[in-house]
Amino acid sequence: MNRVLSDWRAILVFVGPALLLYTGIVLIPILWSLGLTTYEGSPITGFHRVGAANFVRLLHDATFFKALWFGTRYAVFVSAGQVIFGLLLALMYAFYLKKTSALVRTLVFLPVVLPTVAVAQMVSKLFAIVPQYGLVNSALHALHLDSLVQAWLGQGGTAFWIIAAMDIWKAMGFYAILLYTGLVDIPEETIEAARLDGAQGWSLARFVVLPLLAPITVASLIFSLNGTLKVFDSIMALTGGGPGNATTPLTLLFYKTSFTYSEYGYGSTLALTLAVQCLIVTLLIFWRARRSGA
Amino acid sequence: MPTLRTTTLTALLVATTFAGAQSKKVVFLSGQNEDVGYTRIISELAREYQKQHPNVSYEYQNNTTDMTQKLQLLAGSNNLPTLYSIGEPSLLQQLYAKGEVVDLEQTFKRLGIANQLNPVAVDINKKLEGGKLLGLPLELNIEGVWYNKKLFADNGIKEPKTWDEMLAAAEKFKQKGIQPFSASGDQGWPLTRLIGGYAERYYGSDAMDRVKAGTLKLTDPGFVQAATTVQDMGKKGYFGPGVNTVDYDTAVDTFLQGKAAMFYMGSWELRNFNDPKRNVIGASNIGFFNIPAVKGGKGTMNDWSINTGLVVAVNQKQNDAALGDWMKYVFSNYGTRSMSELGALTGFKVNKMPANVPALTTMTQRKLDSAKKGYLWFEGYFSPKATSLSQKNVQLLVTGDMTPQDFLGQLQNGK
Repeated sequence: MNRVLSDWRAILVFVGPALLLYTGIVLIPILWSLGLTTYEGSPITGFHRVGAANFVRLLHDATFFKALWFGTRYAVFVSAGQVIFGLLLALMYAFYLKKTSALVRTLVFLPVVLPTVAVAQMVSKLFAIVPQYGLVNSALHALHLDSLVQAWLGQGGTAFWIIAAMDIWKAMGFYAILLYTGLVDIPEETIEAARLDGAQGWSLARFVVLPLLAPITVASLIFSLNGTLKVFDSIMALTGGGPGNATTPLTLLFYKTSFTYSEYGYGSTLALTLAVQCLIVTLLIFWRARRSGA
Repeated sequence: MPTLRTTTLTALLVATTFAGAQSKKVVFLSGQNEDVGYTRIISELAREYQKQHPNVSYEYQNNTTDMTQKLQLLAGSNNLPTLYSIGEPSLLQQLYAKGEVVDLEQTFKRLGIANQLNPVAVDINKKLEGGKLLGLPLELNIEGVWYNKKLFADNGIKEPKTWDEMLAAAEKFKQKGIQPFSASGDQGWPLTRLIGGYAERYYGSDAMDRVKAGTLKLTDPGFVQAATTVQDMGKKGYFGPGVNTVDYDTAVDTFLQGKAAMFYMGSWELRNFNDPKRNVIGASNIGFFNIPAVKGGKGTMNDWSINTGLVVAVNQKQNDAALGDWMKYVFSNYGTRSMSELGALTGFKVNKMPANVPALTTMTQRKLDSAKKGYLWFEGYFSPKATSLSQKNVQLLVTGDMTPQDFLGQLQNGK
């Protein structure tokens, strides 16, 4: 192995094509976007240098802070939901269903492979109010709870919870599988030994299973947070960021700023803040995990 | 002999190049389905032309994503199609400044088909496009409130002449359990049109021109009153439940199935009003009135919101002799064909009036002819950003989640 890795030609063959592709479609655009933060304009109107004006504008932009707050709130709730439900499902697979969990695992995993737009279509029909009541409103109507019949996706408050619930439901199967593989890796003897020492149920989970599962839980959290901070497709398909900008996260905001408002410079600045946010979150989790690990 | 071979090769190459230059491909990009409205007529005429001139082929491209974004990306990479729909006049002017867009008045004069254009339509477009005719006036629309005559008669309500009468009628319908207005809050613009309409009645038909010139602010009292009125209409439930989730087609169907009494819309919807498959309440049951007067306002009901529909521009980089001949054929026949097939009013001359024009079309034509002054829609002069803000934030306005002052303040800053 060492011989292979010390051979620069081998490295070139193995890493070269991927690195070239990565540089071309990831690194260069990132640097380009970074450079654009000091410019303003669009390919049609042309670009001009504005220095730090975009960053000054950022500090006074209420829409930006609203999107940042929405995105953060969304990421916290959805990531917590995805990992907690994933964990509960994984524990269920491993300790309750044991060998017979294959069917349940498949069913819970199914939404992960469905296209987001299709899922969003289904959810929007579920919560529809016009032209017909969707399942939820019809059920409320049938139970004589007409005062609760409402435009679930037409109001910022309720739309938030529906988007969150949809994304948790869609992704929890993935985290369940991820955490389940971690659980399977815990040696049977360790669990047996803990059981002999009298640990069971909650104490078994709290003092034996969860600590052993910590590394993979941290990985899940990082996956999940980075995914949810960068949420785009589910919100685009479900509410388009509306009503108004009530469900607009940073991703949608910088997409709109660049490509609808023709403000490529400010759009890049917004994108940069998201990158920084993702970086901070990841570092925080690593730091926390390392400290508790030591 | 290498010289001879080279010469032959060069000659061959030159010959192919010339042959290639003569064949032409016209591409039309639009967000509208190909089988409706102006896209249908243009495609039909273009295919006929292709039969006679096989070297000029035609392709229709249906765009299903955000048109403004798509055009910006295409323009940025020098890939604009031959013809394309474009929603923002401000973007069109930017493209013209870059030499991407055909000056149609000049080109039509050169081709000898300038007489095919309706002068009113030309004026509206030029006003919108910085004094140049950059968009084809493929439609000629007036906008106003369409209403269900039977519902009005059954409830003893007369066609409203003032805004207060219209609100009184709405309240009466609501009490009877009939939805007063059908509107697509998902689109947003059907709601902002009401704000614009109110302001035109308050300040007169030059309201938005004055905003553009800077002598009037969107935060001035007339606009605040307009936004407040529309907000109240929303809060009272006049637009029905879940207005923000109502998409365009649902709004049309709600009205055409008799579930709502009134519907603010442009006359381009005549094609659906005249379609018995879609129109359940019947074409003879539909009435039409202009945005009613506002107490103490300067505007009158003789001022109409007139426009030429979604603007379609032509690519200057492809404006050659072959495209000229193509345009000559298509646009000499466009007005007549639209009238005979769709009963649609356009900005082009109808050279031969068909025998049976639908009654609703004739009625609309008469209203259009009676118009003293025309004004543009609320966002006509806005930047793409302000347009987007207006049509998105109005959703928050009608649910009461945003104040009229805040709504207008953002537009004043973004315009």
